[in-house]
Amino acid sequence: MSWSISNYLISSSNELSRCKLPYGSEGQRGKCQALNRPTNISAYNSLKTPSFKFDQVQKRKDHVLKKPRNISAYYSLKPPNYKFDALEPYMSQRTLEVHWGQHHRGYVERLNEYLAKDDILYGHTLDELIRVTYNNGNPLPEFNVAAQAWNHDFFWESMQPGGGNLPILGLLQQIEKDFGSFSNFREEFIETALTLFGSGWVWLVLKRNERRLAIATTTNAVTPLVWDDIPLLSLDMWEHAYYLDYKNDRARYANVFMDHLVSWNVALGRMARAQSFVNLGEPKIPVA
Amino acid sequence: MALRALANSKTLGRLYHHHHHHHTRGLQTFTLPDLSYDYGELEPAISGEIMQLHHQKHHQTYVTNYNKALEQLDDAIAKGDASTAVKLHSAINFNGGGHVNHSIFWKNLAPIREGGGEPPHGALGWAIDQHFGNMEKLIAKMNAEGAAFQGSGWVWLAVDKELKRLVVETTANQDPLVTKGASLVPLVGIDVWEHAYYLQYKNVRPDYLKNIWKVINWKYASEVYEKECP
Repeated sequence: MSWSISNYLISSSNELSRCKLPYGSEGQRGKCQALNRPTNISAYNSLKTPSFKFDQVQKRKDHVLKKPRNISAYYSLKPPNYKFDALEPYMSQRTLEVHWGQHHRGYVERLNEYLAKDDILYGHTLDELIRVTYNNGNPLPEFNVAAQAWNHDFFWESMQPGGGNLPILGLLQQIEKDFGSFSNFREEFIETALTLFGSGWVWLVLKRNERRLAIATTTNAVTPLVWDDIPLLSLDMWEHAYYLDYKNDRARYANVFMDHLVSWNVALGRMARAQSFVNLGEPKIPVA
Repeated sequence: MALRALANSKTLGRLYHHHHHHHTRGLQTFTLPDLSYDYGELEPAISGEIMQLHHQKHHQTYVTNYNKALEQLDDAIAKGDASTAVKLHSAINFNGGGHVNHSIFWKNLAPIREGGGEPPHGALGWAIDQHFGNMEKLIAKMNAEGAAFQGSGWVWLAVDKELKRLVVETTANQDPLVTKGASLVPLVGIDVWEHAYYLQYKNVRPDYLKNIWKVINWKYASEVYEKECP
């Protein structure tokens, strides 16, 4: 199978939410970064982000040949787009170090361990892997680690230094259409975060069938991907995400996320791509 | 209603001022139980900072929200509002469960100088040897289940009072142990929510589980066991 762009787009139609909008690189805006950085690369060093050229070479090799014997990792741990102290004082460097360096890394490493053992799962993209191992609500053991690896990637990308403020353009319009006003949405989002019991996530999703935005919660490792909805933003409400900085004060954490951390740029980009797959407006049918 | 019976037995002699004077039923509120040791006395197994936050913030929040939910439930019942009453059930289960579980937890812990970590002799010790082989195997089993547990919950050593058998169980979030079996009575519960260990152990839950056994109050567990299996 030749590695043409059209093949990649079709097979990764569900990966659109993985396409990240690189922070600060205006030249790249609009271009799907996922074309340059596939999610299931073979890496010999699981901690470094490989360069572009290395990816291309590995992609072709994977496709043509059988699995190399001395593979050491299926997924690599991708660092956030910003330095660990860039989110201070809202999310401390220490939190980033532990949350990314221990929790997220642990998930990726355990995922690689599972994949090394079980060939049946080899060859899926991460999104497909999550759906397959979710097993329609009866998750296989790999689900937790695969989904948490994806969730945390998504979460780091959902934040940026100097985040917060308001969404702009089409995203703001859609929020106002579906929630009444941005402050309604913000209130509902924070309320949802505070009434979540136990460990879980709060999401802004674009619901495919209803063709509107909604706020969703998931427990533990579950992600809206499994219901085929398109996530635009997430907030990690596991205690490890905020405990070092805020201890018990979830309300302050959720408010700070909304005011100072959330990246509306990224959400806008994600929604723009989501519109390739979900028709939000009325089609403009010309009158004959 | 079972909740009403629980309220009465728990708060005998602890009737507190309640501002809903017009309620003839006189809703009793729950209060945060005191610890029988200082926050710092469980160090180095559990830090004083964690104990203080865990007791004064987390457990207190459960108690406060439990009382609030019960008040709202009382209102809803008085008004005959069935749908609101049903909606409140998850808040009651969560916060009430949190209160019940943590009340047991404080009794499960004791400073070393008061017998914390001292293995049980007598009936419970014998039952543990019979069911699990020895104490080390029981601890290994509970630690394995606790470490593997996804998300927030508890790991329990319980006695099935019908079958007169010891079991190791886990519950999610703040579900009380009876959700896993109506005849299960908790003997030792270990909180594996992240707030129970994060400040000290960070991501390394297995270390927390290894160390907490040094302050487990087996005397209390033995008392409960001997009451259920005389």
